[in-house]
Amino acid sequence: MIRTFSFIDVMYLVAAARWTLALTVTAFAGSAVLGLALALARIAPVAPLRWITAAYIHVVQGTPLLVWLFLIFFGLPLTGISVNPWIAAAVAFSIYGSAFLGEIWRGALISIARTQWEAGASLGLSLYEQLRHVIVPQSIRVAIPPTVGFLVQLIKNTSLAATIGFVELTREGQLTAAGTYKPFAVYITVAAIYFAMCFPLTQWSRSLERKLDVAR
Amino acid sequence: MSLVEIHGISKSYGSVQVLKDVSLDIARGEVVAVIGRSGSGKSTMLRCINGLEPIQAGSIRVDGVQVNDPATNLRKLRQEVGIVFQSFNLFPHLSVSDNITLAPRVVKKQPPAAAREVAREVLRRVGLEDKLDAFPAQLSGGQQQRVAIARSLAMRPKVMLFDEVTSALDPELTGEVLKVLESVAQEGMTMILVTHEMGFARRFGSRVVFMHEGRVHEEGQAAAVLAAPKTPELQTFLSAVLH
Repeated sequence: MIRTFSFIDVMYLVAAARWTLALTVTAFAGSAVLGLALALARIAPVAPLRWITAAYIHVVQGTPLLVWLFLIFFGLPLTGISVNPWIAAAVAFSIYGSAFLGEIWRGALISIARTQWEAGASLGLSLYEQLRHVIVPQSIRVAIPPTVGFLVQLIKNTSLAATIGFVELTREGQLTAAGTYKPFAVYITVAAIYFAMCFPLTQWSRSLERKLDVAR
Repeated sequence: MSLVEIHGISKSYGSVQVLKDVSLDIARGEVVAVIGRSGSGKSTMLRCINGLEPIQAGSIRVDGVQVNDPATNLRKLRQEVGIVFQSFNLFPHLSVSDNITLAPRVVKKQPPAAAREVAREVLRRVGLEDKLDAFPAQLSGGQQQRVAIARSLAMRPKVMLFDEVTSALDPELTGEVLKVLESVAQEGMTMILVTHEMGFARRFGSRVVFMHEGRVHEEGQAAAVLAAPKTPELQTFLSAVLH
């Protein structure tokens, strides 16, 4: 029986958006932890560490996110490790995000003049203390706008998790469209919900960019 | 015993040798002006003394501690050797007070209140006590450089290195920085200055070292060397900078 696309369906979509947000938050946290390690390793005074992490970033940035999702969700079970869609999505998005955040943050770190490191070192600060007190506080202002920009990309990209059966906003949209035969209305609603999540972030990123630029 | 002993150091960047068998002894309380054309290796030599630049041959000792020894704790050495840079290199995100107290708090573990008292004292010595809570961007170049000197003084170093500290300043601002340098010298600080300020070198330098093509080409008592240079290279250099 074909249902009509009603208010309750809109509410289901909004409810499904919680899973989009949950996946975004989890993936962002995973990306941030891995990305920070990558950014630091990329500027470490140990060459092999730089090579390994550079290779990781090149491989991840040079392969589609969808392929990573399939690799983990369909590939891993063949090796005896079974993963549910939620874990598969969280892991795939963390791998994907870490490569991008790692590069964004590396760029922010190296944008600080070498003389700032030298000034810190000359005062007897250790490498860690130079980072902690001199370099990181200055690079944060450089890193925030592109990091928020990345977050917006991440929200939209979580829709790919629909392909492995993770019921988030897009998957819920597919199910609703199938049940109501109103794909146009359903997907417009889906798009509007994505927009409602992304637009404030974009605006926030813009205002941060302006604020940090003025303060410089 | 000399406070700073530099013995036969050499350094290359790739195939370019910037320091060739440089030796120099500096006694406690001496004010040594290092002069020479750009590219003569004078700044590089200075940066070797606190281990910012590694050397490939020879040895550097500061107060008996070998600088170019992997076992040496550079962190400890750098508390004894202050350096002030041409471009000030203040931390732009920190207030003047935090710029000065960062290393005393973090490296020397001074309590914040005590560190702030030290900051107040060293700022008084450079005549900027009222700028304790200003930010670097709010200060003129001359004031920023004086804060940089205060920041270095706050670590109570045994020797201070000055790398062309007035070169980035407008001419009308060099005077205030030179005045601070004079008072630091009068307090008995051991100072090594890479400088183009011949007047300062003459009045306050106990010794002048002229570097040429990576070597110490001529050195001696400041007033005498500047008044009667022996080598033609120093004569040429002096006539170029004085006219």
